[in-house]
Parts: sequence; structure tokens; C-alpha cells
Amino acid sequence: MGVSQTFVGGIHPHELGNGKQVTGAIAIVDMKAPAKVTIPLSQHVGAPAECLVKVGDTVNLGQVIASAKGAISAPVHASVSGKVVAVGPVTIANGRSVTAVTIENDFEDRWDDSVKPVENPDAESIARLAAEKGIVGMGGAAFPTAVKLEVSQLNPRPDVLVINGSECEPYLTSDHRLMLEAPEQIIDGVLLAMKATGIAKAKIGVEDNKMDAVEALRAAAKEGVEVVALPAKYPQGYEKMLIYALTGRKVPNGGLPSAAQCVVMNVATCAALSAAVRSGRPLVDRIVTVTGHVGKPGNYRVRIGTPLMDLLDAAGGLDADVRKVIVGGPMMGNSIPSLAIPVTKNFGGLLALAEEGIAPEESACIRCGRCVRACPMGLMPTQMDAYIRHDDIENAVRIGVLNCMECGSCTYVCPAKRELTQSFRMAKAMNRMKNGK
Amino acid sequence: MQKLIISSSPHLRDKTTTRSIMQDVCIALLPSVIAGILFFGYRTALIVVVAVAAAVLSELLYCKATHQKNTTGDFSAVVTGMLLAMNLPASAPLWMPVVGSIIAIVLVKMIFGGIGQNFVNPALLARAMLALSWATIMTKFPAPAFGKLAGVDAVASATPLADGSYSIGQLFLGNIPGVIGETCKLALLLGAAYLLWKQVISWHIPAAFIGVFAVCYLIGTGFDVGFTVKQILSGGLILGAFFMATDYSTSPTTDLGKLIFGAGCGLLLFIFRFARGSQSEWCSFAILLMNVVSPLIERVTMPKSFGEVSKHE
Repeated sequence: MGVSQTFVGGIHPHELGNGKQVTGAIAIVDMKAPAKVTIPLSQHVGAPAECLVKVGDTVNLGQVIASAKGAISAPVHASVSGKVVAVGPVTIANGRSVTAVTIENDFEDRWDDSVKPVENPDAESIARLAAEKGIVGMGGAAFPTAVKLEVSQLNPRPDVLVINGSECEPYLTSDHRLMLEAPEQIIDGVLLAMKATGIAKAKIGVEDNKMDAVEALRAAAKEGVEVVALPAKYPQGYEKMLIYALTGRKVPNGGLPSAAQCVVMNVATCAALSAAVRSGRPLVDRIVTVTGHVGKPGNYRVRIGTPLMDLLDAAGGLDADVRKVIVGGPMMGNSIPSLAIPVTKNFGGLLALAEEGIAPEESACIRCGRCVRACPMGLMPTQMDAYIRHDDIENAVRIGVLNCMECGSCTYVCPAKRELTQSFRMAKAMNRMKNGK
Repeated sequence: MQKLIISSSPHLRDKTTTRSIMQDVCIALLPSVIAGILFFGYRTALIVVVAVAAAVLSELLYCKATHQKNTTGDFSAVVTGMLLAMNLPASAPLWMPVVGSIIAIVLVKMIFGGIGQNFVNPALLARAMLALSWATIMTKFPAPAFGKLAGVDAVASATPLADGSYSIGQLFLGNIPGVIGETCKLALLLGAAYLLWKQVISWHIPAAFIGVFAVCYLIGTGFDVGFTVKQILSGGLILGAFFMATDYSTSPTTDLGKLIFGAGCGLLLFIFRFARGSQSEWCSFAILLMNVVSPLIERVTMPKSFGEVSKHE
């Protein structure tokens, strides 16, 4: 059943038993809302939302506190009811400083009047609700969902809705738990997205190390929705790899999924879309895997804007030997300098590592070619790195460094422990500067 | 809690290291060392130890003299020393592995920048230089005497290549005159299987090398299968195909490049042996010549990037 092809290359960090089994078997726990939430107004790709509240205002749960601005943007909603106590800058996980609204929780969870279900939604109202309810891609990229659903201008029109349930990052299990615990909601979101886009066929890709999730989704699936088990291999969940695995189409370099006539959505985003349409509920919480060296590893349903400090308290605190805290997965996540960072809409995991997270010392490249075999994009990491370390960005670009998606596979397999991914990030940044972008 | 460390992703690394890879190669060479001891006596062990010690010491002293970080901990010098010993007759005087190791480590590897930077195989170039400089010693192979550990007489013995009198069984088990590591194919194949299983080497180079060589010989001899098998089991082909031609620094990193590289080695070896008659070193020269063109092969076999195909469709 389904296409079983997969991309060339990739790595198998799961074979090391990397942590998924710790949290994958534990049901999602509702974290108690914190006393204060700090909600960034820029949690998405595109223009920051425009603040609608001021210090002293009382807000309801689910009330819009900042509105979308421009073609690509998303509004932000209060994730608790209470009083606005500050509007100011906060550092988010990617290191940027953005404006945020801090709300003191009155613990009444008083829903806003705007939170009400829509009867018999048509295509237009689904797209409108995705926009109004601040739905963005929850898999990591945080691209506004409403923009994705707007396909009427595309030529040719997309004909496959690709749903990402692969969760290929080691340690993370939030999508896995969601697929097990709310498969109907995910399928409902998929059907709504199909309706909004006029796409008749949806394919949900799930790695075959989560066969229980595959079964759960298949049991809930409806006409036009196919659930496909994919080989467990990192980075199977990367957009281009997933589209290829499910449709056999390749997105051209520099192109978007639409070039392969696909719209891609994450399973958690589908569930959020369902909630937005069926109960009018904006994106005010999400599931976060908290794992690694913490007291109570697990998956927690967390209000957007919850400071990591509070989340870690709920998860039993950090162990004494923790040396690194990572937002996201260990392959592509960011290590963070402080715990004064709020949970945002695309925040999939919080991973605490001890010694094992410290990068080993680099040594000389032995030209073993493991990176070449691992690269899912068909690049030659060792050659690109050699150019970059000789300040020859031009040649690195010529042989494709701009196509690097920074998945980290080459760095993972390198026996000389070279910081290849970092080298490519730097080259891409230098190339941008050179081109004045 | 200690201060949090900030670094670039990925935050996980595979357990394989340069050192673990080199140690695997050492393990893979052990059966051949043992076979060498069984056929040619304890002197084999002495040559291996001297070659390894000289290789490690040369690298250590070179690092000290040039104020570089000591790199001997990566075990690559141990591999070079062992490989060089495999390429010497057990009867060689003990200064020979010393001179060979110094050539391999200092002249071929370190002055070009150390591991990964040499453009020809260090052990092979050292063998070639020794063979050209001291041809009589390098072509005087002791006759094997299984189990006679005290040592065998260093009698000038014809190479099995020139002499068609050895059976396939003798060639396979190593009961033939030759350099230490080339004789027992069983031991070499055991080691090769280990390297393939541990994914230290891939099948591409050995398969293309031996495959092309075999096909050429079959055609060249009018499909004389027995003779072709003997040719495969003679001289340095098995050692070369699995342990020498697969050297990372001097072979392409792309799969297609590896196939071309291996095929080139096989073709050259066939031409040398077929046209110029038997000489045990031909395999070294075939690989060394291909080493030199390896960067060119790599350049023309650069893979297509994932999204390149559909660009103009």
C-alpha cells in the first residue's frame, strides 16, 4: 500500500535508540497554565503581528492581541485570561529579539466570545479561519497556513496534499503521541485542508518506527486520504524528501513544494486547523516533548508563551549534569543560552543533554566519503567545506552549497567530527551578504 | 547547574571516529599477519613490529619538529606501517621496513599535509621505491614452510606469477613464495569481509577492480577460467583491491568515481601483466597511477543534486 520509495542518502540515528522510546509511550499531560505568559508577536515566517493591547488591558483566553500585517503574517492570541503587564522585547529560541506581550494569568480561563464553532464551513471560511485563528506550520517552519491553503493563483494547481507525520528527528515524539491520541482530529484537519484547497488526494507519511500511529490514522482515515508508512530514516520529514517519498516528484532546487504540485502540512497543524474550524479555537497551546536529562520526560500540552523555566519545572527540572538545552530536535534544533525563552507555535521539543551533547574536537578530513553518501541533497560536503575553509565561497556555491538544507547528516556521520553544517551556514550567510540580500 | 553550552546543530554525533576506522583496518589485517607468521615464521612479526614502530615514530617526530599537534593517536600511522610490512618479503633485512616507513610517512603523507592530503598511497609508493632501489632483496621471496616458526631460508624463489606450477588451492591458502601479506588470500578475504561488514570500505572499488581484471583476462586468454582464477589469486591483486585501492585519501569519494577508479586499476593491472609479464609489483603501479588521476575522476563524477533533475522539465 502506497509508494515505498525513499531518497538516496540520509542517516539512521534512531538505530542508537535515541530517546524516542522514553517519551513515545507516555500519554500527553496537560501542563498547568503558568502564572505569566510572554507571547512573542513574531512566531511565524513573515511580518510580525501588530500589537492591539496595552499594559493594563484585561484579555480573555483566545482573544486576538495582535493582528496579522501584510500578505504573509499571522495574528497572535492570548493563551490565558488575565491582565497585560508588559509589552516589550524578548529573546526567542532562534536568538532573535522580538516584541512580546506579557499577560498575568487570572487562572479563570475565560474564553473570548470570538471562540465559537462554524457550522458547515465552505472552502473560503476554512481558509479565513486558518488566518484568523493564527494557524501556522507547527512542524518547525511556522509558515502561515492560510497562505499555503490559498492555491487558486497557482498554475499548475496542486493535486496532492502531503501531510507530514514522519517526525524523523531523534528524541521528539509530540507528533507521534498526537497521532495516537487524536487521529480523528488530524484526519478532520486533513479533510478541511483538502476542501479549502480543492485537492482531492491527501497522503500522510509516517515513519515505520511508529506503526501504531499508522494504524490509528488508517482507522480514522476517510475517502481520499492515504496513510503511507515510510522507511525510518533521517531526514525523511524534510519537505522535499517527504514529497519525493509520497509522490515520486522532486522539488527543483530553490523551488517551493508548489513546483511539485504539492501543499505540505504537518499533522499537528492539521489538528490545530480542525480545532480552529470546529470550535473556533485559536492556536493558544501545543504539544511539546520535554526529554533528555530532565526529571519527568514526557509530552506536555503547553500554553503558547509559557517560559521554559515553568515548563521545565512541570517536567521535573533539569538534572545536575545538563550541559546543553536544545529547542527542537538534536539534529536541527537550536541550543539556547538561557531558560528565559517562551514556548512559541513552532516549538516541538525541549531536549536537555549532558556530556553527550558536547561536540568532539575537530580533526583533519580523511576523505572517507561518508558525508557524500549521507547527504540527502546529493551534494559533496567534504568538497564544499574544503572550498569554504579556503575562503572560496564562489566555488562552494558553484558546487551547490546553497542547496544545503542544513539537516546535519554529514556532520553526524563525520568520523573526523568536522563542523560541516556550520561551515555551510556560514558560506550561505556570506553569499547573502555578498549579494546584498 | 553548569553554564549552558551554545553550539551549532547537529547536537548528536555518530560513534565512528577516524581512530575507530583505523583500528578496524588493523583488526582486518591481523589474519594476514597471523598467516604470514605461520608460513614464514616469527620474522614476519618482527618486520610488522619494526614497520609499525618506525611509522608511528616518524609521524611523532615530524609533528614535534614542525610544531604540530601529535596526530599519531588516530592510528593511521599504525595502518601504514602494517600495510608496508604486508608488502615486504619476510626475509627482508630489518632496516628495510624502517626506510620504507620513513618514506611512507614523511615523504608521502606528512609533507603534503598529513592524513587525507597524500595524493598517492603511502605504503605503496614506499614499496615501489624500495623495489626500484633494492630490487634483489625485494624480489627474493622465501619459500613458505607451514608451521616452521623459527624461520625459513631466504632463497631466491621465482614469483608464483612467472611460474604456473602452483595450484589454485596453494594460491588461495598462501602456500606460495611472496611478500608477507600477499600470499594467503583466505586471510585477506577474512579481513576484507570484516571491513565490508563494518562499512569501513564499500564494495565498489574491489568489485570493479577484480571484475574488470577478470573480464579482461577471460577475453585475453580465450575464456580460460582456470588461468584467470590463478591470475586473480596471484601477486598483489587481492591485497591491493581490498586494502590499498580503497585508501580514502587517494580514491574518489563518489560511488561512480569508485567504480571508475577500480575499473581503471583492473585494466592497468591486466595490461601490465598481460603485456609485460609477471612481476609482483605491477599491482602497486596500477594503483599508484590511478591514485594520481583520482581527483580528476572525482571531479567528473560529482553527483547531481537532489533538485537538479526537474529544473527544466
